[in-house]
Amino acid sequence: MFNPLKNTNRTMTPLALFVVAIIVLLSASPVLAEYADVVLNRHAEAEGVRPVIYPHWFHRIRFRCKVCHHELGFQMKVGSNDITMAAILDGKFCGMCHNDETAWGLEHCHRCHSGLPGLKTGIRGDNKAGGPGDY
Amino acid sequence: MAIRSKKTQWVENKLLLFVLLWIAGSVCCFVPAANAKDVFANDGLHDPQGPSFNELQRPDAAFAGFPVDSVGNKVRWVQALRDGIITPRTNIVPDTTIKILDMDLILGNTGDNAYVRFPHRAHTEWLDCANCHPDPFKEKFGTSGIKMGAILEGKFCGKCHGAVAFPLTECARCHSVKPDTFRGKFGVQPVEKH
Repeated sequence: MFNPLKNTNRTMTPLALFVVAIIVLLSASPVLAEYADVVLNRHAEAEGVRPVIYPHWFHRIRFRCKVCHHELGFQMKVGSNDITMAAILDGKFCGMCHNDETAWGLEHCHRCHSGLPGLKTGIRGDNKAGGPGDY
Repeated sequence: MAIRSKKTQWVENKLLLFVLLWIAGSVCCFVPAANAKDVFANDGLHDPQGPSFNELQRPDAAFAGFPVDSVGNKVRWVQALRDGIITPRTNIVPDTTIKILDMDLILGNTGDNAYVRFPHRAHTEWLDCANCHPDPFKEKFGTSGIKMGAILEGKFCGKCHGAVAFPLTECARCHSVKPDTFRGKFGVQPVEKH
């Protein structure tokens, strides 16, 4: 009968590799961020709240690019807008819509501040427009 | 029992190893698929402990019924807009003007690749003129110095394509005009009926 414990190293090797492969493949299961998910963590974690996960794809179902990138003045590069909670409360950036009129208001902190700790500001998805070496 | 040669043993071991790794691979392909029922639970971004985690709309729900693409969000955004499947707002400020420009350009400085047909219409249905002009694209044709390398670095077209619009793996969607059959002039093209 096949008993791995009584076998030599030669037959143990495949079994050990099998176990290792399972562990490695499971721990490296794919990260499935949606294309154009944006992490904003320039200020959030330093201020003691979760990083913001901004779903760009969600917003473009409801607004054309020009609304945020022309009317609201969002620069088109991640990290180039100094978005603070004070400015938002003042009706700028997200606060232009998230005011209980156009969209739900700012009492729902955790809908935006919903990210895992330690995330870096940047755009996620298959490809990024962040500079050389992304492709 | 016949004594197996070392070579036979070696082959058997390799076969065993192959079969086991194959099983391991299959198992691991299915386990994340089971977890991926809620895409946010395993996306490396959202914190499942967040108090509003369950309130957030998931992309699979948001994109249900949208025309399907093979890349990016797997949504044909321009088609979704034209077919009226989505009706994104054009403005918040009441006096913003909407300017749709139906004008194609053909860019011919493409090396060995097909020429690029750039449709203003598809872009102005989403964007304002000021989003692209005069930075990064000067209005005068042929003066912006567009290079594929710069696009790959996130400049010019790469500001959006590769980040939020269809990615740069889709060469032929832009490089769509075959040089050996193109008889026109570069730059502004006669308006086509859509």
